[in-house]
Amino acid sequence: MRLVPPRKGDPLLVVEHMTMRFGGLVAVSNLSFTAQAGLITALIGPNGAGKTTVFNCITGFYKPTTGRMALQTLAPQHNRDIDALTRSGRRWSAGATTPGTGGTFLLERMPDYEIAAKARVARTFQNIRLFSGMTVLENLIVAQHNKLMDASGWTVKGLLGSRVYKAAEAEAIDRARLWLQRIGLEDRADDAAGELPYGAQRRLEIARAMCTEPRLLCLDEPAAGLNPRESAELNTLLKHIRDEDGVSILLIEHDMSVVMGISDHIVVLEYGKKISDGTPEHVRNDPKVIAAYLGVEDEEEVAAAVRGDAR
Amino acid sequence: MEYFIQQVVNGVTLGSIYGLIAIGYTMVFGIIGMVNFAHGDVFMMSTFIALIFYLVLTQILGIGSLALSLLIILILGMAITGLWNWAIERIAYRPLRGSFRLAPLISAIGVSILLSNFVQVVQGPRNKSLPPLVEGIYTFGDGIVISVKQILICTVTAVLLAVFWYLVQRTPLGRAQRACEQDRKMAALLGVDVDRTISITFVMGAALASVAGFLYVLQYGSVNFSDGFVPGVKAFTAAVLGGIGSLPGAVLGGLLIGLIEALWAGYVSSDYKDVAAFSILAITLIFMPSGLLGRPEVEKV
Amino acid sequence: MAGKSSGGEAPGAASAPVSVLDALKGALFAALIALGLCIPMVLLRTEQDISNRLVLEPKWGLVAAIVGIVFAARLAWLMKPARQSSTKARAALTLSPGAARGLQVGGLALLALYPIFALLVVGPSGAIKWVDNFGVKILIFVMLGWGLNIVVGLAGLLDLGYVAFYAVGAYAYAIIATKVIPATAPALGPYAFWICLPIAGLLAAFWGIILGFPVLRLRGDYLAIVTLAFGEIIRLVLINWIDFSNGYAGIQTPRITFFGVPFTSLSGDERTFSDIFGLTGTPTVYRAIFLYYVILCLALLTAAVTIRLRRMPIGRAWEALREDEIACRSLGINTTNTKLTAFAIGAGFGGFAGAFFSARQGFIDPKSFEFIESATILAIVVLGGMGSLLGVAIAAIAMIGGIEILRELDWLKRIFGPDFDPALYRMLIFGLAMVLMMIWKPRGLISTREPTIFLKERRAVSGALVKEGHG
Repeated sequence: MRLVPPRKGDPLLVVEHMTMRFGGLVAVSNLSFTAQAGLITALIGPNGAGKTTVFNCITGFYKPTTGRMALQTLAPQHNRDIDALTRSGRRWSAGATTPGTGGTFLLERMPDYEIAAKARVARTFQNIRLFSGMTVLENLIVAQHNKLMDASGWTVKGLLGSRVYKAAEAEAIDRARLWLQRIGLEDRADDAAGELPYGAQRRLEIARAMCTEPRLLCLDEPAAGLNPRESAELNTLLKHIRDEDGVSILLIEHDMSVVMGISDHIVVLEYGKKISDGTPEHVRNDPKVIAAYLGVEDEEEVAAAVRGDAR
Repeated sequence: MEYFIQQVVNGVTLGSIYGLIAIGYTMVFGIIGMVNFAHGDVFMMSTFIALIFYLVLTQILGIGSLALSLLIILILGMAITGLWNWAIERIAYRPLRGSFRLAPLISAIGVSILLSNFVQVVQGPRNKSLPPLVEGIYTFGDGIVISVKQILICTVTAVLLAVFWYLVQRTPLGRAQRACEQDRKMAALLGVDVDRTISITFVMGAALASVAGFLYVLQYGSVNFSDGFVPGVKAFTAAVLGGIGSLPGAVLGGLLIGLIEALWAGYVSSDYKDVAAFSILAITLIFMPSGLLGRPEVEKV
Repeated sequence: MAGKSSGGEAPGAASAPVSVLDALKGALFAALIALGLCIPMVLLRTEQDISNRLVLEPKWGLVAAIVGIVFAARLAWLMKPARQSSTKARAALTLSPGAARGLQVGGLALLALYPIFALLVVGPSGAIKWVDNFGVKILIFVMLGWGLNIVVGLAGLLDLGYVAFYAVGAYAYAIIATKVIPATAPALGPYAFWICLPIAGLLAAFWGIILGFPVLRLRGDYLAIVTLAFGEIIRLVLINWIDFSNGYAGIQTPRITFFGVPFTSLSGDERTFSDIFGLTGTPTVYRAIFLYYVILCLALLTAAVTIRLRRMPIGRAWEALREDEIACRSLGINTTNTKLTAFAIGAGFGGFAGAFFSARQGFIDPKSFEFIESATILAIVVLGGMGSLLGVAIAAIAMIGGIEILRELDWLKRIFGPDFDPALYRMLIFGLAMVLMMIWKPRGLISTREPTIFLKERRAVSGALVKEGHG
């Protein structure tokens, strides 16, 4: 059988029975959901619902207490072996890391950097984590570290001035420049990342994550602190990433104009439990969701959630 | 068995001294998140202060009552050492608060070098020895010897810890300290005088170190300008072992380090007793960074 | 500067002149504090009398002088018109790229010609002191500073036990040159230094990995303390493991040779450096000058490697690690390996410096590897400005040169009497200088950061944005 990647709508990330405890506190309880390939999946819920914890588990910063998170980089017909893989104790199926083919990664068994490097899941952070003392360009070059590290022959060939490394570096700069053009920061490439205005920092963090060439991009509140114009630009950027780069997106967001405007699929959490899961249309009419959002103080958010206002 | 108990008694005596110094480390770390490198040298200075006051009382003023003079030395020592640490914090640490993280550390190392060399300059490089101040021993069972000074050391430590515990747990001052530990900015917004609270923390830490210094003079009868570093590092080890930021942890850690050192010296080799202390420090930090009684730290992402 | 802030220092009123009365009050307060601090430490000096009993010797004059100086200094400080705003006073030295370039070239030329200047100015016998005590010693610390700069300045890992690797290098040379080579290949004896140098570096790097592996997941001050503990453990083992290191008695090491040609002949029948080149005068001068150029080359090698590594992926990963470790992990960077390489490479340069030190001294013992050395090297890195090679070099010259200059103050005896020993005050002033320099420039002399790559133009990054690392 010829190996084919998942088509749009096929499961990409399958989270099953995830539970995360901190001491006595249960932050996430028996959560299962699926993020589909080629789509934008949103994780929403009131403050403290455990959304960021879910993110930290998926990207390996926390180890979930129990649960399985399978990232499937092949179409569903190839993925009958997940239980066998789980029993085998391995972290990924044979061939999963080979370029051109694919397989299944069990993210709960992988350390954070390996999830980014091997399973190619990239993320951004709620409180932006740029390398503020490095320039915008350097931020994007560091994101391509593993590729450059290989090209530099673990630094040895690079130090000797190898041509392979020089070519790889030129290519990395080209990719960085491309992304700087896409987020409109080409003129500021040589400024320190910490000097950029807030909105630009958010965009740069997304561009930096994209420079790792991910298959799944996880965004933790990308619209937080943006003005309406910047929010609209973000919507466009994310749609482009989904449609043109073919990268699936999982995002946490409070800004309902972003969530309802671009999401293909929404998962709603409250107190660590899933209370709703489906299309934006389904979620906005779900009485449980309305009740959960009436519990929070932010009236605008409630109104937006209930009306499904896409501004 | 007698030998073992004897070593335990010695260990507890030594551990009381480490525990008292360790509290100063743990409090300062708790409130401003800084390893006060100079604390061992503050302790060393307090041993000199105790020695000098003893000489003043006995030679110049000619006070005959030993108990009275010990009490006076203890109180004056706490006051003067506290004043020193107040001045150190005011001059060398406060201007650096909230700036670059390494600056206070380098400044503290500078203060440590400054203090030990200052004492060397003003008091001379040689060991200063006193004849034993408190004599008398009790013998239990088959030759377990407990000296009066060991009993005195443990009693003074216990009493002062009780007083100190009351101060930190039950008074507005202690509440202010704990508030600053949690969140300095918020505490300031709620009307806590943060500068003053930090100053008082340094003074309290120094006062307890000076009690340790006093007991050290009582136990060993000899002081030297270079005697700050090793007890300082061991006390810091105690603070880390107990869980940095935790006061009961500091005392527990001090007792454990004292016991381990005494037993190691008694059964293994006295040459390597410092290696044992440093190894415990490294092993604790590597395998149990939150210590015995500390709170585990969850990495914030 | 001692004492509590008086009313005039309140925020907002910072630039307003202080009333004389307030200033007097403030100065009086500072003087009182100083008096309190001086009793009993300064006033009552303990001395042993003839019967070995401790007696007190009052020093009223000294206390009065200290209190007076504090009063005057505080008064002058408070009366100083129009204080500079603190942010301006603390801004670090910024150099335009041209000026920095000029300083680098000029500095290098000066370093290369320094021994010749010394020879011309003070003659061969006087030159030994200036070349060896000042030149070589400062350059050892420049090299150590640059080596530690990789760990602390670039990767942001706080290492307080760097001297351990220096010791590993020094003992590697001492033991290989005195035990291993004579036992296995005595013919190689004259080349001992050149054989041991790479081995010492590799051994130190190896130890860097061994010690680094368990501790590098610790963060912040904890890492500093564990590295301090390791440094002390290595020193204590060197003291106590007599069979290996000869303990406090130390080890005599063979002197450096000019690529196999000795400078002084032990047996009398070898051709020495002076014989071959037909030189007259004390051979030790030539050795000192040769040592100077060897350490200069080693130090410049460290700098060159650092500069090139910064532009490699690994160097950028170090700096990214210093900026934000969590972000690094989210980008797929294996932070443990990245930290280990920084630790190992920094340790390796420490090992080179150690082997050189051992060959220069001709004798080593554990006393050369105490905590104070680690603290000094770290202070040089922080004071220079983390990550800045030029800043570290300037800091090393200022601090080590300063300590050495303080040795030259014997003329002060003529003022303060023959009992006055200026050497005693060396470390006192050193400690004080560390505190004052941190207050003056917490981010170091040169805190701006040079980007490693640019699209259109290279613009230095302000030091205020550069992070100091958490590990």
